[in-house]
Amino acid sequence: MPAIDLDRLAELARIELTAEHAAAFRADLERVLALVDRLQAVDTSGVEPMSHPLDLPQRLREDAVTEPDQRDVLLALAPAAENGLYLVPKVIE
Amino acid sequence: MNRTDWETVIGLEIHAQLTTRSKIFSGASTAFGAEPNRQACAIDVALPGTLPVLNRGAVERAIRLGLAIEAEIAQRSVFARKNYFYPDLPKGYQISQYELPVVKNGAITVQVGEGEAAYEKTVRITRAHLEEDAGKSLHEDFHGMTGIDLNRAGTPLLEIVSEPDMRSAEEAVAYARALHALVRWIGVCDGNMQEGSFRIDANVSVRPKGETRLGTRREIKNLNSFRFLQQAIDYEVRWQIETLEEGGAVQQATVLFDPERGETRVMRTKEDAHDYRYFPDPDLLPLVIDRAWIEEVRASLPELPQALRRRLVEEHGLTPYDANLLTASKELADYYLTAVAAVDPVLAKPCANWILGELAARLNRSGIEIGESPVRPAHIAALARRVQDGTISHAGAKKVFEALWAGAGEDVDAIIQAQGLKQVSDESALEALVEAAIAANPKSVEEFRAGKEKALNALVGQVMKASRGAANPQRVTELLRRKLTA
Repeated sequence: MPAIDLDRLAELARIELTAEHAAAFRADLERVLALVDRLQAVDTSGVEPMSHPLDLPQRLREDAVTEPDQRDVLLALAPAAENGLYLVPKVIE
Repeated sequence: MNRTDWETVIGLEIHAQLTTRSKIFSGASTAFGAEPNRQACAIDVALPGTLPVLNRGAVERAIRLGLAIEAEIAQRSVFARKNYFYPDLPKGYQISQYELPVVKNGAITVQVGEGEAAYEKTVRITRAHLEEDAGKSLHEDFHGMTGIDLNRAGTPLLEIVSEPDMRSAEEAVAYARALHALVRWIGVCDGNMQEGSFRIDANVSVRPKGETRLGTRREIKNLNSFRFLQQAIDYEVRWQIETLEEGGAVQQATVLFDPERGETRVMRTKEDAHDYRYFPDPDLLPLVIDRAWIEEVRASLPELPQALRRRLVEEHGLTPYDANLLTASKELADYYLTAVAAVDPVLAKPCANWILGELAARLNRSGIEIGESPVRPAHIAALARRVQDGTISHAGAKKVFEALWAGAGEDVDAIIQAQGLKQVSDESALEALVEAAIAANPKSVEEFRAGKEKALNALVGQVMKASRGAANPQRVTELLRRKLTA
């Protein structure tokens, strides 16, 4: 079973873990990985990988503009907006 | 110790924005230049409960590109979530394709270099997959906050990934240019690089000549011009070779090119590389493309640049270099073909010369697109015809071209008439002029007879002057020579 890098996972998921939470998560994840190990043991050669439980093809829509401008309605849902823009805490990569 | 000879290895990832009216997973408009967030609907801003529905037009364009690069079109392909957090990506993931892309195993053959040194290069294309674009972050200050415009979010992209087949910046530029011409040719992308419709990432590494393993690569992100592509690769290759020759090692990294300083700088290293945790998107079923659809798309494709290039060389007798220039865009190729259709096939070469010479220079200088050129294909055809049948000299034809460019008229023959450019080729008229020149210039005649070839030019000049430029200089020369040596 691979080692669990909990800090890295928390970082990827953008969640902050307390020490208490971390212990609980680690136990949960170890159980998940144990389950994956059991699945890995099954011989799946000759089984086509399933990408979706429904055995149907994707429906397609015609290329047409059908959505009206609803900017004002949508902007009103945001915590902060100005000049037609959504505002978020400053990000600079 | 011998200096190592280095080999450059380049692969390109190109994002082509598709020319659909609506977005890849929603019915919002993709038109450029709208006010912020006017074209970002509930799906694009990722409101809970919304679901993506795939745009047939985006798939159709992926098939077009796939056929144009002689690739396999996957009968079944799958959309996956590429997970990362950034405020201009409201879902927290980008819908893309990962293990099963819609297009794989294609190739294009491109011309590299000019003249004697020109050669053909085939670049394999590993895959092309459909995905959605992100929105835009505006970092100017909004009370210490960042502004987000989601108009671009959900715009359909085709990411076209090449094999690391290119061995120089020139080859990379030739490939990128050819692909740029191709996507516009088949109408899947408008190719507008200023607006970000065609963006290039270059993976660059170096290795000692003869080595078969690849060196460690660095990825130059988001190049939006061919000039920057060339400059960025040149800089990157120099930097990597210097680093290795000084005993250092190249670390895998993503870098940005700074056009002002002409250098690349590290954006992130392998240690903080993203872990995208791809998995199939449960909101989308597998994309199934049947044979009939592929054949329907195939039937709608125009003659492709590569096939046309071959035809121009084999049937029109043009050089591969000229054929390559004429197929740089569909508009230019159509212009040439329209001109040539109006004339005898032997005039293909003169037509090509007019278009690639005089016309290209004028268009370039005045910043006019070929579609708006005041000189039309029919004019080029008429010019070539009138030079060939001796009605006008090449110099005269240039004057007619100027007149056409200035909008002085539509009819080439009328312009020739009005400007008195018609060459005098009539034997008796020429003979009279030639005899007059001989009589009036005994000194030149004597010199020529004494073996001074140059003296003939002076006589030709006299005849041309007397005819006010209307005499056919070739005929005048012949006639003078005949009379003086008789």
